[in-house]
Amino acid sequence: MAEPLDDYIDAVSKALALPVEEAWRPAVRANLEVSLRLARLVDEFALPDETEPAPIFTA
Amino acid sequence: MTSKPEMTAAEIAKAVAGGKMSALDATEAALARIKQHDGILNSFTDVTAERARAKARAVDADIAAGKDVGPLAGVPFAVKNLFDVAGLPTRAGSKINRDRAPAARDATLIERMEAAGAVLVGALNMGEYAYDFTGENVHDGPSRNPHDTTRMTGGSSGGSGSAVGGALVPIALGSDTNGSIRVPSSFCGIFGLKPTYGRLSRARSFPFVASLDHLGPFARSVADLALAYDAMQGPDAEDSACTTRGLEPTLPLIANPVSDLRIAIAGGYFQKNVFPEAVEAVSRVAKALGATRVVDIPEAARARAAAYVISTTEGASLHLDRLRQRANDFDPAVRDRLIAGAMVPAALVDRAQKFRRWYRAELAKIFKSVDVLIASATPCTAPKLGQVNFNLDGVELPVRANIGIHTQPISFIGLPVVAVPVPLEPLPIGVQIIAAPWREDIALRVAHALEKMGVVSAPAPRGL
Repeated sequence: MAEPLDDYIDAVSKALALPVEEAWRPAVRANLEVSLRLARLVDEFALPDETEPAPIFTA
Repeated sequence: MTSKPEMTAAEIAKAVAGGKMSALDATEAALARIKQHDGILNSFTDVTAERARAKARAVDADIAAGKDVGPLAGVPFAVKNLFDVAGLPTRAGSKINRDRAPAARDATLIERMEAAGAVLVGALNMGEYAYDFTGENVHDGPSRNPHDTTRMTGGSSGGSGSAVGGALVPIALGSDTNGSIRVPSSFCGIFGLKPTYGRLSRARSFPFVASLDHLGPFARSVADLALAYDAMQGPDAEDSACTTRGLEPTLPLIANPVSDLRIAIAGGYFQKNVFPEAVEAVSRVAKALGATRVVDIPEAARARAAAYVISTTEGASLHLDRLRQRANDFDPAVRDRLIAGAMVPAALVDRAQKFRRWYRAELAKIFKSVDVLIASATPCTAPKLGQVNFNLDGVELPVRANIGIHTQPISFIGLPVVAVPVPLEPLPIGVQIIAAPWREDIALRVAHALEKMGVVSAPAPRGL
């Protein structure tokens, strides 16, 4: 049975022209699950609309 | 006078500048130690012996001619192999980069170290493309811990930790994106400085995560850290993130008293999921400094999560073409993490960068009433090479994912940190001395006070 993220992995792989061999798929999926879980943790934190990104740290 | 492994950089420079030892003798001694021990430690990937001898002879000639030779005269040092070294392809721990043309020019920080009289003796092993906390490398083999060669050095600057911890060289340079200076410092029992983001130039070093990458020194004493750090400071138009602040020398300040500093222990998140050794190390440091106040850093777990998301996505962007064209030449574990990173939606990355601004503001509030925060550098001492899990309070946890849990929330907003080694038995472990932005001087001052009290020190290599 296909894993829930497999369709997403296939679609993004195609969109980015980034091949994912079948042998790599379980590890890619496991890593993506971790990344999305951590991203969700950040996403859940409410921020004011005016918040700017801080890609480069300046003090 | 003969150079001995226990000599600090400051002692070597003093002996060389004073004519008691030649730079060439100091260099030959380092090369001999590398030859003797690096077969076991595997810390070096390139030994630049002829270049080093030529530089050492030039230093000796300058001394003979009465010229100023700088504060690092004749001091051997080595660099993580993501620094450009003229004449070598900058491999950054990878197989792929070995096909690059040899670098035409040294990295800025190498130029500055050599301008101060130091002598580059080689390039050091590292985790592939710096996406690593273990010091293991599938192409070059693992660097090995000098206190127990069956154990990890920590990564990704594993060779830097091993070379300095093994006393092959007194100073090494490395990089720290999420902990890669502080983790090897902790596991290998040495001092490491991750300066404020933007403080030291990254020009002509191979990147990983542009918005999180820092470069900095490792050493066996705080004075040596300050010596190297001071020699490398200064603006550099070739690194767009490098500060335009002028030089702020720290060496003259490190012996100042610390009694006026407000020092607190990082609580909450930083006291969870840690082994007793890490608790003991923080406790010893806090007791020596008289620190009893505990400060909870808000949302540190989310900060760690955001750093993870930014790292995996910016890293994926950096390597996208290599992932398309040479996927089978990567370490499979690195490749699979990077491919997954390329698939994280952009909106979530933007959220992480926005959270970063909020978190930075929260830490700025804390630093209004605190000068220094203390936290463990790693939750454990060096794990065994190849170890996948460790057991903490009856719970199996993955090693790789947990090594950097206490370093990531700090580098996420670029704070300066000195990792100090607490010489526990049988293995040392590091503590982070964290200061406000641009206050490396304070972190070094506290580290120096701890060193003088005998609470922290770089133990002699026990595994050699």
